[in-house]
Amino acid sequence: MDGVPAADDSWEVAGRRFRSRLIVGTGRYKSLEETAAAIEASGAEIVTVAVRRVNLSDPSAPMLQDFVPPTRYTYLPNTAGCHTANDAVRTLRLAREAGGWNLVKLEVLGPPPFLYPDMEGTLEAARALIADGFEVMVYCADDPVAARKLEDMGCVAIMPLGAPIGSGLGLTNPFMIRSIKQQAKVPVLVDAGIGTASDAAKAMELGCDAVLLNSAIAHARDPVRMAVAMKAAVEAGRNAFLAGRMPVNYQADASSPMSGLIR
Amino acid sequence: MRPPALRAPPGFATFRPAMRSRIAITVNGEARDIAPGDTVAALLRTIGLDTRKVAVERNEEIVPRSTYDSVALTAGDRLEIVHFIGGG
Repeated sequence: MDGVPAADDSWEVAGRRFRSRLIVGTGRYKSLEETAAAIEASGAEIVTVAVRRVNLSDPSAPMLQDFVPPTRYTYLPNTAGCHTANDAVRTLRLAREAGGWNLVKLEVLGPPPFLYPDMEGTLEAARALIADGFEVMVYCADDPVAARKLEDMGCVAIMPLGAPIGSGLGLTNPFMIRSIKQQAKVPVLVDAGIGTASDAAKAMELGCDAVLLNSAIAHARDPVRMAVAMKAAVEAGRNAFLAGRMPVNYQADASSPMSGLIR
Repeated sequence: MRPPALRAPPGFATFRPAMRSRIAITVNGEARDIAPGDTVAALLRTIGLDTRKVAVERNEEIVPRSTYDSVALTAGDRLEIVHFIGGG
């Protein structure tokens, strides 16, 4: 977390430094115990959380904080389920009061079945939140024009979708993700759509700063093992990006010397 | 000599009118009665919530935690009480 020497391959968002380039969601697990075990295995330092009404008839029900302590993980409150800018802003103001921090994940969604980002609402909400002192990591369309507007406005991270939320389709438009990364000066994360480890590695190979996923781990048959796989995939993809891949060749180029062959 | 008439204990006479003067608010979309003068802190205590783990919005305005003891609720107030749950 904060204070990591810059020589490490750590990354920074809104002045906070992190080692792990994997951010995981805390939803859709079978139990809070499974949530805690999978998140621990993922090595994530940042976790996304949702803001919802408390159950008034069962006020002593176990709470997420008891299993995923905010003293250990950086909570990134989201606006999942918000379809208007106003709902998103209200939700994050409540989150700030509940948690006392201002780093948030904004998402303003269009209707089912795609829940594709509503960029008009997203831009409106981002403007209001930044004016109110929030540091906004923004879920957005894989649209370089909208991404640039969000960055110019002051968003601290741009998070285009790889594919619709919960679809597990992977990166449906890697060219656009790469284009957004190339023009951005703030971190770019692929958020949503990751289905399996190779998708996360691919996002990192494109040069993304980090990957955000939830269902790919929570809906795996063995979430803890998939969390281990995602951790390794993000590290592998990052190393491959830093190493610089070999050029693509449309013909063979033998790896063994052609001289000294027996006759 | 007649036995003394049954007399209500002091304060009893005002009990029923006080019941009638309870005020109606909405909490998380559900109708709820509270006593006049109840604060946000009193409501949270009645429900049984840990104030450190929730946030409260009153008529679409945040109620800062530091003011829970001083904000008295009034008839028709619409409150949202939220907490963090699992999400992506």
